[in-house]
Amino acid sequence: MVIDILQWVIFWGVLLALVFPVGSYMAKVFTGGRTWFDPVMDPIDNFIYKLSGIDPKKQQRWPAYVKAMLIVNGVMFVLMFLVLELQTVLPLNPDHLGFVDPWLAFNTVSSFITNTNWQSYGGESTLSYFSQMFAIIFPMFTSAATGLACGMAFIRGLGGSVDMGNFYADLTRAITRIMLPIALVAGVVLVVLGVPSTFAGTQTVNTLNGPLAPAAVSPASQPSAEATSTPAPAPTATSQGQQNIARGLVAPLVSIKHAGTNGGGWFNANSSHPFENPNPITNMIENLLMALLPASLLYTLGIMLGRKKQAWIFFGVMAAFFLIFLVVAYAGEIQGNPLLTKVGVDSTQGNMEGKELRLGQGETALFVTSTTAFTTGSVDAMHDSLTPLASITPLSQMMLNMVFGGKGVGFINMIMFVILTVFLVGLMVGRTPEFLGKRIQVYEVKLASISFLMHPLLILGFMAITFALQLDLSSISNPGFHGLTQVLYAFTSASANNGSAFAGLNANTPWWNFSLGVVILLGRYISIVLMLALAGSLAAKKAVPVTSGTLQTDTGLFAGVLFVTIVIINLLSFFPALALGPLAEHFAMLAGKVF
Amino acid sequence: MKKQSQTFNRDILVPALWRAVLKLDPRWMVRNPVMFVVEIGALLTLMLTIDPSIFGGLAASRIYNAVVTIILLLTVIFANFAEAVAEGRGRAQAAALRRVHKETQVKKLSQPKYRSKQELIASGELRKGDIFLVETGDTIPADGEVIEGTASVDESAITGESAPVIRESGGDRSAVTGGTRILSDWLIVKVTASPGEGFIERMIAMVESARRQKTPNEIALTALLAVLTLVFLLVCVTLVPFANFLKSPLDIATVIALLVCLIPTTIGALLSAIGIAGMDRLIQRNVIASSGRAVEAAGDVDVLLLDKTGTITLGNRQAVDFIPVGTASKCELAEAAQLASLADETPEGRSIVLLAKEMFGLRGDVDSFKEGSLHFVPFSAQTRMSGIDMEGNSIRKGASDAIIAYIDNQGKAVPVELNTILDTISHAGGTPLVVARNGEVLGVVHLKDIVKGGIKERFIEMRKMGIKTVMITGDNPLTAATIAAEAGVDDFMAQATPETKLKLIRDYQAGGRLVGMTGDGTNDAPALAQADVAVAMNTGTQPAREAANMIDLDSNPTKLIEIVEIGKQLLITRGAITTFSIANDVAKYFAIIPAMFIVLFGELRALNIMQLATPHSAILSAMIFNAIIIPILIPLALRGVTYRPSSAGKLLLRNIMIYGAGGVIAPFIGIKLIDLLIAPIIGGL
Repeated sequence: MVIDILQWVIFWGVLLALVFPVGSYMAKVFTGGRTWFDPVMDPIDNFIYKLSGIDPKKQQRWPAYVKAMLIVNGVMFVLMFLVLELQTVLPLNPDHLGFVDPWLAFNTVSSFITNTNWQSYGGESTLSYFSQMFAIIFPMFTSAATGLACGMAFIRGLGGSVDMGNFYADLTRAITRIMLPIALVAGVVLVVLGVPSTFAGTQTVNTLNGPLAPAAVSPASQPSAEATSTPAPAPTATSQGQQNIARGLVAPLVSIKHAGTNGGGWFNANSSHPFENPNPITNMIENLLMALLPASLLYTLGIMLGRKKQAWIFFGVMAAFFLIFLVVAYAGEIQGNPLLTKVGVDSTQGNMEGKELRLGQGETALFVTSTTAFTTGSVDAMHDSLTPLASITPLSQMMLNMVFGGKGVGFINMIMFVILTVFLVGLMVGRTPEFLGKRIQVYEVKLASISFLMHPLLILGFMAITFALQLDLSSISNPGFHGLTQVLYAFTSASANNGSAFAGLNANTPWWNFSLGVVILLGRYISIVLMLALAGSLAAKKAVPVTSGTLQTDTGLFAGVLFVTIVIINLLSFFPALALGPLAEHFAMLAGKVF
Repeated sequence: MKKQSQTFNRDILVPALWRAVLKLDPRWMVRNPVMFVVEIGALLTLMLTIDPSIFGGLAASRIYNAVVTIILLLTVIFANFAEAVAEGRGRAQAAALRRVHKETQVKKLSQPKYRSKQELIASGELRKGDIFLVETGDTIPADGEVIEGTASVDESAITGESAPVIRESGGDRSAVTGGTRILSDWLIVKVTASPGEGFIERMIAMVESARRQKTPNEIALTALLAVLTLVFLLVCVTLVPFANFLKSPLDIATVIALLVCLIPTTIGALLSAIGIAGMDRLIQRNVIASSGRAVEAAGDVDVLLLDKTGTITLGNRQAVDFIPVGTASKCELAEAAQLASLADETPEGRSIVLLAKEMFGLRGDVDSFKEGSLHFVPFSAQTRMSGIDMEGNSIRKGASDAIIAYIDNQGKAVPVELNTILDTISHAGGTPLVVARNGEVLGVVHLKDIVKGGIKERFIEMRKMGIKTVMITGDNPLTAATIAAEAGVDDFMAQATPETKLKLIRDYQAGGRLVGMTGDGTNDAPALAQADVAVAMNTGTQPAREAANMIDLDSNPTKLIEIVEIGKQLLITRGAITTFSIANDVAKYFAIIPAMFIVLFGELRALNIMQLATPHSAILSAMIFNAIIIPILIPLALRGVTYRPSSAGKLLLRNIMIYGAGGVIAPFIGIKLIDLLIAPIIGGL
């Protein structure tokens, strides 16, 4: 336990130390300041601008910014879909994988273009290296950069500028100045620590059972006559004495997977796979990578708005949620499963089902909390196997969708809650509520509350449709409360653009691929558009001078009020679903009930 | 009009109850989305009472459905009742005003001359632009502008102030109000608003209007409440398939019960009453606002432009000292000043007479003078002096520049020490009045502004509330600065003209501030029109009253401060009840969710932290609490939450503890108590 807590302390210590330099670096990148990479990257940027006929200095107001964002994302969507459908004829397909089912392709493209990285597929068995590079790793950069760009536009709006920057320039700079350098360094470090990176295909190796005869000549497996007339069949893991080990460009993917808070793994097992996450050090590095940009972004916000205190108040509220959920996740696991303890399983290690021994309870709880706080969605343990209590952590954080969040989008949600809080309680100081010196009026309240409505609407609405119309219910692997949790988790993960999977739900069916894809797209773009419109509206308003009659949003009192308001309005939306899912399961487990 | 508020009164409550039932009309209810949902819920449970299995699913007993229906209906009626009570109180006030507004005979004139041809018509036939004559004992039939004559008028019917006021043509006292009565003399008045369009009628119409305009803040809050209602609708509707998946079907009446408990019915029910009551509180203080928007803006005002005279200082300056110049003695100066002021009926003039009497026992005895040898020179705008000519002596008093010009004209010299004295008085915030006899300066009368008692404390409060006070005066900067310092205002504007006032307001507004001001003169009209909250004095001119968005019937400029407080109180009340309403939901979840599923999933009993007796008693207790909290909070909604001027942080902390924390805790206690009461009665319903 001491070591577990020590690991958390190290994580927070290193993260806090990185927030300052990275945060001010990002502020420099997006306010046109000089950076180290300029001599190398400026020519590349300028070449891109010239090639695509973009004037990076041309300012866009929010509608133009949103339009540019949607067009770029739309074009990438189509290209990625084509890559998946044509992977059989495209190069770099050493394992000769077939084309991707269109429903699955729709789901996958929606998922990766939006930084969600929900995976209805197993990477190693579905995608060619070309597809992994151009339909997975490529959008991992662009979707992260899209989110970051929108976040920057939002900050500029909050800062009072109706010109929200240039989307094309922001996108380019986010990739060349932030994503690429971090991914490059992290990738190399990961390779050093044992993560593979190769173009070579799956390797068949002999296991300790020794080099037995190849499967083809084994009389038990298939008739020999056919073996000679057809090309060697793809080796299968069931071949006696041999094992097929999938590999590929793992390190580059894992680095951007976390740095860009993407979360989609090279392998189906994601970061619990020893090639994606070989040891506790890589686990810690991956944790830090996903926390790095979302946490630093608050510091960037503080610099760009000239309101560092305000930024730290937001940081504090988010960190409070994070720590509480970390403790919940940990406490739920270390007690073990009473049902298993009863039948004689040693509970001193806690609940080890679905966990990696090399990572342990402390780092696993940290990863569970980080991956859902920072909307990454990678996993280093199976969330389906968490105890019901611990599963509240990932679920709640995805429901809140503002505990740091991804790059940009997380604090946009935070601001949405701030606006609602300011309006709800701000009236109690006897003035039209204000935030950052701008009056919150009908238009802002409408935008923020509709944006708030979207999340429960998508989650609960699609769950209800699924249950009411009995759509592909056979995908749900457990009955009762746990089954409900599986569905709740899937739609919550999709709507929050998190992408982490609860496992246990077979999502690769037409309905699940379609519905989750739709939820992912709506969950991403509607709130971005609404909130950018809100920032645009605030920017156009006259600033109200601060007086002692102004509700200050950068005080501890406000932080407390904000925290409680966020808890209450989310509890009101999701309590019944949580009560019927993990809470009911938890009490059932304590009562010794099994299904 | 009675000044004290009567929240509950038979004359208001009984009709309000009836109106509450009438308001169940869905065409009316649809304006309030939250309560409309409750009404539809009641309709659905009514259908379930008639046929418990009409919607399929789990069928609850008919009695249970009937009880749910009744509670839902009561919830809606309580909400309508709150609004009806607020309207009833407003109507009572309107009726009191209207009582003074009876149909009378009017002497309509063909020419604006006292002796011109008269025609008797009914007051209802008067039209805008008509000219009428009112004489002693007549009631003025319509709002108008005095075009000839001077009269004392009893305006107590409107203002509650028993002292008569003077109304005369020209200047700032030329507006008369319909319903007031002439005590002496006569007036010729030109109608500025046809009967039925005067501002009292406008107010009556506004209070009674069914289509009361929602204020911007109210619209925003309604939008938020509508979205929250949608969220809860979603939560409850989706619960049905979730429950079916868990093979624990729900009965529809209980789902509706949960929905109604969750949606913000408390604030939904009281929102409109709070708004109406806010305007009502203004009317109780004899202020009529032309729109609810103005009342709300009053809460947001952060700069108050206050006229020095009447607001900060008593309406008049008073003589406090005589300072002789040259060879003249103090007594000689006092006597001359007194003589020059004998015919001066202004408060300043009277205070000089009084001071001379107090200091030297002078009585200003002029009876000994022969008829004709005595000639008073009244103040005129050209000379800007007044005085007396008697037996070859010519005494003049006036502003320093006027007297100096007068002496220069006579070719006499002005003593050098005069300037020093003038400066000294100015520095002290006083106004010097120079007295000259036969072209020789005798000395200076020191007139001083008297700052109103208690005003300094009010300004300290204003500062705590974050409101900047700016004193507006026509005085020179030195005088202004002294008074400003004495009164404790944040800033001042000296030598103000209509143009500079307007510019000042625009400058503040450009800086994002909302400006409140009072005014009465015609030259105030542009500034009043520009200000966000503009209070015109009822004694003011018609243009001023037209430009303002509030009219103070008492014509008390200090009222602006109270108006700001009422505006703030209105916003706070709205926010407090909203917070309370939403905080209540936490307890309701803990009452209803376990009750819904406890039968099939006994393990959810752990969530029944209030230990409510049975599922039905839990659900009904939550519903009953949800319903009765509305009438319980009606007095609070009408009276407004207690408001003490303080900083935003302190206010927030205080209100969040009372209405936020209180809102979370109160229903836990309330629901438990109701459960203890009803559980034995309903038994196994």
